[in-house]
Order: sequence, then structure tokens, then C-alpha cells
Amino acid sequence: MAQVTKLNVNGTLRTIDADADTSLLSVLRDHLDLTGSKYGCGEGQCGACTVLIDGSPRRSCITLVGAVGQKQITTIEGLAQGDRLHPLQEAFLEEAAMQCAYCTSGMIMTAVSLLRANPNPSAADISHSMEGNICRCGTHPRIVAAIQKAAKALNHSMKESGQ
Amino acid sequence: MSGKPNFQIPLEPERYELTASPVYRFEVDRREFFKFLGAGILIVGVLNNAHAFQESGAGKRPDESLPKEIGAWLHIGENGAVTVYTGKVEVGQNIRTSLSQCVAEELHVPVSKIQMVMGDTQLTPFDMGTFGSRTTPTMSPQLRKVAAAARDLLIGLAATEWQTDRKRLVAADGKVTDPETKRSVEYAVLAKGQRLTQTVSEEAPLIPATQWTVQGQSSPKVDGREFVTGKHRYPSDQKLPEMLHGKILRPGSFGATLVSIDAHEAQQIPGVTVVHDGNFVGVVAPTAEIAARAVSAIRTEWKAEPQPSNKELFEYLKKNATEGKDPTGDASRYEAGSVEKALASADRRLQQTYTVSYIAHAPLEPRAALAQWSGDNLTVWTGTQRPFGVRSELAEAFRIPEERVRVLMPDTGSGYGGKHTGEAAIEAARLARAAMRPVKLVWTREEEFTWAYFRPAGVIEVSSGVRDDGTIAAWEFHNYNSGASGIRTYYDITNQRIEFHPARSPLRQGSYRALAATANHFARESFMDELAHLVNMDPLDFRLKNLKNERLRAVFEAAAKKFGWGRAKAAGRGFGMGGGFEKSGNVATCAEVAVDQKSGEVKVVRVVTAFECGAIVNPDNLRNQIEGSNIMGLGGALFEAIEFENGRVLNGRFSRYRVPRFSDIPVLETVLLDRRDIPSAGAGECPMVGLAPAIGNAIFAAKGVRLRSLPLVPNGLQAG
Repeated sequence: MAQVTKLNVNGTLRTIDADADTSLLSVLRDHLDLTGSKYGCGEGQCGACTVLIDGSPRRSCITLVGAVGQKQITTIEGLAQGDRLHPLQEAFLEEAAMQCAYCTSGMIMTAVSLLRANPNPSAADISHSMEGNICRCGTHPRIVAAIQKAAKALNHSMKESGQ
Repeated sequence: MSGKPNFQIPLEPERYELTASPVYRFEVDRREFFKFLGAGILIVGVLNNAHAFQESGAGKRPDESLPKEIGAWLHIGENGAVTVYTGKVEVGQNIRTSLSQCVAEELHVPVSKIQMVMGDTQLTPFDMGTFGSRTTPTMSPQLRKVAAAARDLLIGLAATEWQTDRKRLVAADGKVTDPETKRSVEYAVLAKGQRLTQTVSEEAPLIPATQWTVQGQSSPKVDGREFVTGKHRYPSDQKLPEMLHGKILRPGSFGATLVSIDAHEAQQIPGVTVVHDGNFVGVVAPTAEIAARAVSAIRTEWKAEPQPSNKELFEYLKKNATEGKDPTGDASRYEAGSVEKALASADRRLQQTYTVSYIAHAPLEPRAALAQWSGDNLTVWTGTQRPFGVRSELAEAFRIPEERVRVLMPDTGSGYGGKHTGEAAIEAARLARAAMRPVKLVWTREEEFTWAYFRPAGVIEVSSGVRDDGTIAAWEFHNYNSGASGIRTYYDITNQRIEFHPARSPLRQGSYRALAATANHFARESFMDELAHLVNMDPLDFRLKNLKNERLRAVFEAAAKKFGWGRAKAAGRGFGMGGGFEKSGNVATCAEVAVDQKSGEVKVVRVVTAFECGAIVNPDNLRNQIEGSNIMGLGGALFEAIEFENGRVLNGRFSRYRVPRFSDIPVLETVLLDRRDIPSAGAGECPMVGLAPAIGNAIFAAKGVRLRSLPLVPNGLQAG
């Protein structure tokens, strides 16, 4: 079986030793100890395992590590800049958009890609984009509010930096 | 027998919530304690008998037969660190935060200075478990007492030090101050070099809710940053050096026995150990993938009896009901006046049958455990609402004393009443014993859907007689199997007969958020709507006419006002209400539904919930719980149902079992009634019980179709 020995994760080239048909989620969690991405269903239905691959949200539980190649993987652990949280992380805290928070990593990663594609999403846009992410505690309205809050913060900081 | 039902009893008879507890005295070795914690001040809170009585759920046991138990302890270290130890656990309900607020209030330290050690059977006092909305009414007062005693002790130490009257000293912001001399001393300084212990059992004077400054305020989730950065380690994230991964081979159907096994091929896979012990078949492997491959390489043959399917479920429950007393010994029958006479003389009579399906908790984190043996001592990290219960299960399974078992519960990816048991813990421990290495086992989603347990299904029969003026004269209510929680009516009815009939359940069933209160409220509040229409009364007026309880009236009126009950509605739209009393909380829910004329799809567009649970501890977290209850309740109300056949679950994955998603979420509005004059009650369960009937009644208002089964519209309404 083909082996995968290198993986670009959160800006660092990591050395691994995994069968190509191992799920990316297992490699992240078990080989690289990046346990922020969660197992929830194993069939790409709940979104708890969502990571970005070259900026696009992907369900790492149904993504084989052999298919990733040298693409850039971003996990929840790679989102904050040092001690500075990503605006979405801040907004989730401010809106208390979590209870058990097991879905939170996947929610935030999906929202990161949403806001890159659509910097001013309506509540309906958000609901549509987040449909594949399950929260069993029922914090959906807070998640929508947090994403809108983060969108404002991101737009504001882009204006500040003159982009 | 009195005609006026006393429904405000602390515990409704409930057979599914609890299992028998080991009632014993927890001995504290104080020297051991200080060796472990370091010097300082230790306050030990002893549960008074009333608390122990309620917490153990031992409904019929006389108070005096229960020994006193320790509820919690609190340590103030030489560096001023405050550490609180409680057997309660965090599953997302945010008690780590609300309990910290209680301590902060009484001890006069910031919430951020408090460390909560929770659900560790070696470090925390015994606790039955985290369920039944009991944390706020029982553990909060305990911790408040303990913290108040610590504060008094610190003031006493300062008074001795300064040789002054303790009455003139005040505690604030982690210091004791003498306002006259302006002297002050930090708690850390007072605790330095001390090895003081104090036991608190009498009712210590607590800060009344009207004077709260920390409680009653929204306080953000403790450790929130750990969660949004992915750093928090849930049970399924736990790791140990030399750890291996386990996987269990599941039988083809429930209750099957193993006839033959061929594990030869699996055993050839490098690093794999196959463990076969009776009906238990599992493997240990270096990775989860190899473990899964090894399990699929094992050939087994199983034998099982034929079992019923969900299609014949309700008939089956009625046929298999056991008459008479509930075997658990709880009161299962209530009778007042004469139902027969009242029915005969009523102006109108109505009889209806309601059903509820089995549903799954589907916590997003499935069961997980990491087990490690060290000689005869076993340590297990696992997600459970009953760490001490799981410790007992492990001790029993391995025939070792409980003292040799330690269970730790890292804050877990939710429970909803679905994680009372220790299956994964036992399985991981069995595999670890065979492998002689630590073993982690994480259930798959399919395993969680199949091998956990379900909210009980049930059949509920209601009959009633009303007078033309809207007075309910007779009320008869029979619940088959789903449970007795919330079975008693809060409406004032002179003649009633209420009975819970346990039955043989085709599926393994157990606790679930709000338990049978959801089913019983669904039947009762749907039936109330039907009766209101029968006598041509507005459903709100009809309820209020038959309801004296002021707290419940207040939530119905508040919800109706916010909702705009009675205003005109658009075509295809309907308004409905439901409400009730459960776990010392009062709720009323109004729902608006929209029915698509073409597809028959039912969408809940707006829900207004008015809720009152005494003095509010953390308003924003309370809103979060109420919103969450409604959203979780939406699934069971509209579309969730376990399909099963001959001992197999047919829809045990998220692609086949629909749970609420973003597009299902209505506009949620919450009205909080803060009653500072009433002790705080828990709020994780009650808010959901009004939703299903409110939606059902709204569908009737929209389309004239009366739905009497949960889920209401798994496939939408018939078009047209």
C-alpha cells in the first residue's frame, strides 16, 4: 500500500507515516495529535471534522490522506495568530455560540470559508452554507449571529488596513 | 382523597431516570487531602438528609435511614487558589460556569479565580450523577454554603490576627478588610501555613437572591477559549503513551448470542490482538483503521429470537403492558373523586390516543473511553453523566473493589440523558486488560445509534368530560411505557385517574432530556386544544379557566402576549400553544407554523417561549438552554424516529436519521420571568415540553388536521 510521508498542515510541512487510504481525520488526530477536528459521523454528514484544504471546506473523515498531496491544510489549531484569536473565534465566544462545543471547530472552519467567499452573508446565506454542520445542543441562532458579527469585524479590519 | 392535586412534589415518579445507588459514607482522610492539595484551608460540605434524599432519587426511603453524605469540598491554597471539588459533570449545560458563579458570589472572589474539579471519582465526593435538572437546586446551594463557610473562616482568621471583632470585618475581592482601620489581608496570606478544615452541615446564611451581584448576571463560558481553539480534550481526544486502539465486533441483532467465531485471519494482521470472552468479541490494534480492518476479518455466527418492528410497536406496547404497580416501586397511579360519575354528567366527552416513537440522543461526541490498568488498579477516562455509576459498573464487570477503579470525566461532547451508562468504559477496560496496554475505544456513529439506548416510545390514552362553560369535570390519562415524568395534570380537575403502565420494551430504553414529560405534555396539551375546540373556546382562555397555579398562569400569559396570541394569521399559517410544569420550572410555548400548499411541507417559523425557574443564575446561559431545548425538541416533534426490525436499527446514521439543521430553525424568542423570591431550579429540560403540542396545535389551526403521533410530520402533510 502506498505510504504518505509529508503533509502541509497549518503552514508547516509535517512528516507522517500513513497508508494512503487512511482518513485525513485519523492522520490529523492520531498521527499529528491535532484533536481539534472531531469525529461525528464518518460519512461527511455532520461537519464536525471540517478542515480547509487550499481554502475550501472539506470533510476530513471522508477525505483520504493520499488524495491531499501537497495541498495546504488548515485546522482549527491553525486559525489563531499566536494569542490573537480569529474574529470568528472571538465572535463565537462573544455570542456564546456553543454549549458542549464539540461541533464548534467544524462550525468555525466552515464559516471561515463562507466569509472568504461571501464577506457580507445574509442570515439565509449563512443558514444555507452551514446546513451540513450539525449542532445537537441547538445553538444555531447564536452561530448565525456570531458569523454575522465576525463578518462585520473582518470587513472593518480590512477597511482599517486599507484593503 | 383530596380533589386538588398536589403536583409540586420535588420528584415525579420516574422509573427510567435512575438506577439504584450505593449509599455509603465517604470518609475523608484529611492528612491525605493536604498531602495532595498542599497546605491551606479545606471546607467540607455535608449534604443534609433532604438533599441526599432527593439526589439519590430513593423515593420511598424515610429520611432518617440515609446516612449523611459529603456533597462538595473547597480548598483555598497558600497561593490563594480556590479549587472546588464536585462530582457533577459538564456536558455543555454550562454548570462549570454557573457553579463557579455561586462560589464567587459567596466567597467574594472573581469567577476567573475559581478552578472546578468535576466528575473524578478519586478527587471529588460521591455524586449520583448529572441529570434530572438537579445541579442547580441541589449542588448550587451546597457550594454556596461551602463558600460562605470559607468566607466566614477567613474573616475569623483575620479577626484573630488583628485581635478585633470579626463583625466589623468584610470580605471582598479575595481580601478581608477592616473598613475602620483600612487594613486588609489577602485570602492567600490567611491560608498560608494553615491546615484548617471545617465541616459545614447546618443551613449557613446565604446571600439572598435579591442581593446577588455575580449570580443573576450573564457570565461567559469558563474555558471558552479552549473550545474555540480546539485545545480542549474531550474523552475521545484523550491519549496515553503506548496507547492502542480498540474496536468491538457487534452482533447482527439485539440480544443475540454467539454461536461460532473464526478469528484466524484477523489474528494474522500484525499488531492485532483478538479478545473473545463469551458474547464479547473485540480487537486491539496499533491504529483505529487496523482495528476496524481486523474486526471485519472475523467471521461470526449469532443466534437470536425474532423481534418486533416499529410498524407494530404501539400494539406491542399495549399488549405487553404490565398491570398494577410499577416494578420499581414508584407510585404509578393517582386517583381523585369519581371519574365515572363526572364523565356521565358532563356535557361533552372526548377520548383520544397519542403515540410517541423511540428517538435517539445522538450526542455529537459518541461514547468514548480510554482505559489503563496498573496491576489491579483501573483508570478510565470516559464521557458519562454518572462517573460514580460507571465506576460501579466497572467494579462489577471486573469483580474488583470500587476503590481500585478511578473514573474521570473530561468535559464531554453532550449527553442529553443519553450517557448514563458505561458501555465503552467496560469495553475499553476489557480490551486493555487483554492487551496489557492502555486502550482507547471510540464508538462509531452507527454504534452510538444502535448500542446506546433510546427515549422510551409510548402510547397515551386520554379521556375527559367537560361542561359547556369550559370546566373540565373528569380527566383520565393512561401512559403505556413512555414513563411517568410529568404525568400529573396541573389543571384543576376534581375527578381524575392517572396511571402509568410499564411495558416490555422491544428496544433498550433509558433516560432522555425531559424524559416522558415531553410525551405526557404532548398528549395533555394537544388534548387540551381539542377540548377547547369542543367547547368553542379560545385555547388560552380554556387553559386559564381550568388553571389556578399562578406561576403557570404567568408563563402562559407572558408567552401569549409576546407572541401576539389572537391576532389574524395568513393563509396556510397556524398558531398553537402548549405548556406545563416540570422539574420545578414553568414553561409556555407558542408556535407559528407555515404549511406549504403544494408540497405539504411543514415549517415552524416562530416560537415564543416564556419560562420561569425561580431566581435566574445566569440569564444568557438560561436563554441558551431554552433555545437549545426548543431546537432539540423540534427534531422529536417533527421528524425524529428510530426505525427498527427484528433486533436491528434501520436508520442509525445521520444520512438516514434526520436531526434539526440550520434551515429547520425558527425565529426563537424567549421571555424570562425572574422570580428572586423562589429558589433556582434547573433549566435544561423543562423548556422543551411545550414545543411538540404547540406545533401540533398550530398545524391543526393551519390545516384542520389533528396529528396525535410524535413525530408529527416525518414526511410532511398530505399535499392540498
